[in-house]
Amino acid sequence: MSDFVNVFWSHFVTVIALGGILACALLLWLTARFRGPASADNTTGHVWDEDLREMNNPMPRWWMGLFVLTIVFGIGYLVVFPGLGSYRGTLAWSTQGEYEKAVDKANAELAPVYAAYSAQAVEKLATDAGAMAVGERLFLNNCAQCHGSDARGSKGFPNLTDGDWLHGGTPEKIHETITLGRIGAMPPMAEAVGSAEDVKNLANYVLSLSDSPHDSVRAGLGKSKFTVCAACHGIGGVGNQAVGAPNLADKIWLHGYGQEAIIAMINGGKTNQMPAQQGRLTEAQIHVLTAYVWGLSNKTATVAGQ
Amino acid sequence: MTEPTPPKPRTVIPITAVDGDVGLYAAHKKIYPRSVSGYFARWRWALVAATQLVFYGLPWLDWGQRQAVLFDLGARRFFLFGLVLYPQDLIYLTGLLVVSALSLFLFTAVAGRLWCGYACPQTVYTEIFMWVEEKIEGSRIARMRLDSDAFSAEKLVKKWFKHVVWISIGLWTGFTFVGYFTPIRELGMEFLQTRMGSWEVFWVLFYGFATYGNAGFMREQVCKYMCPYARFQSAMFDRDTLIVSYDTARGEPRGLPAKGRAAAAASPFGDCIDCKLCVQVCPTGIDIRQGLQYECIGCGLCVDACNIVMDKMATPRGLIRYATQNSMAGRWTPRQVLRRVLRPRVLVYTAVLAALCVGLLASLVTRTPLKVDVVRDRASLARIVEGGQLENVYRLQIMNATEQVQRYRIEASGLDGLHVSSEPVVEVAPAQSRWVAVRLQLPYGAAPAGSHKVYFDVRAEGGQGSVSEKAVFLVPR
Repeated sequence: MSDFVNVFWSHFVTVIALGGILACALLLWLTARFRGPASADNTTGHVWDEDLREMNNPMPRWWMGLFVLTIVFGIGYLVVFPGLGSYRGTLAWSTQGEYEKAVDKANAELAPVYAAYSAQAVEKLATDAGAMAVGERLFLNNCAQCHGSDARGSKGFPNLTDGDWLHGGTPEKIHETITLGRIGAMPPMAEAVGSAEDVKNLANYVLSLSDSPHDSVRAGLGKSKFTVCAACHGIGGVGNQAVGAPNLADKIWLHGYGQEAIIAMINGGKTNQMPAQQGRLTEAQIHVLTAYVWGLSNKTATVAGQ
Repeated sequence: MTEPTPPKPRTVIPITAVDGDVGLYAAHKKIYPRSVSGYFARWRWALVAATQLVFYGLPWLDWGQRQAVLFDLGARRFFLFGLVLYPQDLIYLTGLLVVSALSLFLFTAVAGRLWCGYACPQTVYTEIFMWVEEKIEGSRIARMRLDSDAFSAEKLVKKWFKHVVWISIGLWTGFTFVGYFTPIRELGMEFLQTRMGSWEVFWVLFYGFATYGNAGFMREQVCKYMCPYARFQSAMFDRDTLIVSYDTARGEPRGLPAKGRAAAAASPFGDCIDCKLCVQVCPTGIDIRQGLQYECIGCGLCVDACNIVMDKMATPRGLIRYATQNSMAGRWTPRQVLRRVLRPRVLVYTAVLAALCVGLLASLVTRTPLKVDVVRDRASLARIVEGGQLENVYRLQIMNATEQVQRYRIEASGLDGLHVSSEPVVEVAPAQSRWVAVRLQLPYGAAPAGSHKVYFDVRAEGGQGSVSEKAVFLVPR
């Protein structure tokens, strides 16, 4: 146990614990040996409320036996379990160890369940109600913090149910995304684009790609500026899943909708990260999660499968 | 005849004088209560039968497909006949405890330690164990002799047999107790196939040992030294509480009158012949003639014993009887005593107790077998979705407290245009709870920016009640 900042405190605790037990034992021994004269009326002599007297009855002897048992138990406990400063006890018991044991036990119990799931293809697994219930719990515990408990995300966190994928929606790609995580980086492009007016024109052109409300004159002026964007977003802004560049021609606006949001993105860029789950989740869990996430946007397939 | 002098209100109990020095601890002196039959002994046995029939029998009752009374701690479901209770229903346990406490107050105010003397498990099991002891080892005298005798084959057989029976009763009690928490038939099968879980074995042995130790050895010492009820019940007595009392004025001075009617009339003695039967039958080993003592559990066995003697002596019964301090002092008639029993204190206790019982029952009967917890999604405050709608996401835990599959319809209210945009009907398995993600949508601009109080109305399709839970809908600036 390394909870002590200084070895002194370990000794301090040990001395107090053992000293306390020793003092109790000593007190017990002294009281057991004590013999004194009995008072004439068997009271302590204290009187309250005119006639209320305190009797001076002896304690039953078995009670002393309980005290002795307590001391024996206390010493035994301190030998077996950690209690004396940094002494670990003969059982080497620790809360960390208990936790690991509980996790190992649960994993051992779940192993056959996951083994059966791992043997199935993602498309097949997505139709298994039991597996999807497991997947839902895994999702709520590990993914819902960002993507929301209904997996529909929010600003900055992708919606996983709409069939629009930044990095690809095939089972293999989803599996890769969960396992290794993703970093989506959009560099600041203001300098490459030009003046503030140019940026504004470009933003209107981007809006025009999805037929969103825009200034068509500015859009026409901004079109030529899109060349620098097309490197990643592709000609016509259809996106590129290989580099995680979003499709700008649909009506999904992950980082905000409208001219101002687009200008801010062009000027400032954005780095968006999905953390890798490898090491946090087992391969089998990732497999089930892949099926769950895949199933979210492939409802027709899963319903047909059922 | 002279007017009988009322006894002093409080008598300091004289204790046997000890010569020389005493220690701080005293060895326990075993008590060998004499068995007695009579009115109160029969009442005690009736209550033994009633309480044990319920305790040992209840786990074997079935209700539909399951055990009628089962406290499933693992699944956190408590089945009580037709009821399925969740941990959230703890209020009913609180209610039950309040009712129990008030009943204790009421009974104690009326007739002292009725609970201790008749219904307490400590009393009941001690009585059962003493009965076994008497059947095997014999009467009080035989038992005392057996204990003081040197070791013999007879002693070994009797003692061994007694402990085997005691331990069997103890283990059966432990088994029954565990059967309230694990289905008892399964537990029995597991036992027969020697595959009981280690915790089940531990608790059966634990409660078995507790029964064996408390009823076989600790007995009155539990009441005298360990039980908190025993101590504070005495504080709820008043001078109109019926307690087991010795009629000092009638009984003293003690002594056996001379034979013959004329001689008896001239005898200087009271009605107590100092036979000490009342002391011998006492399960806590006290002498009731010394007045009210904290050891007295109010079992009334000394009343039975004394009445038998009074019958033999052809003197009226009731030298020891249930009487109030006021009635003793004022030589009241039974009618006067009963009138004082209905004093304000008792009436108030009764009224409060009755109100609580009615309230508890009414709330159980009218209880909605459905519970809903609402948790707002922490990740997204609000989002704008297609069709110019503002969307908030919640997780609802829907708890089905019936034993049928239920379909619940979720609706939202509190803001104009607010509606549920996710699947509004949810199916929950019997006695299960389920988390569902629910999305609420509001047309953009329908409410000003800020947080708005809204309600989830969850209603079981086809009756069985509805629940309205408060939540918050956020509209961003």
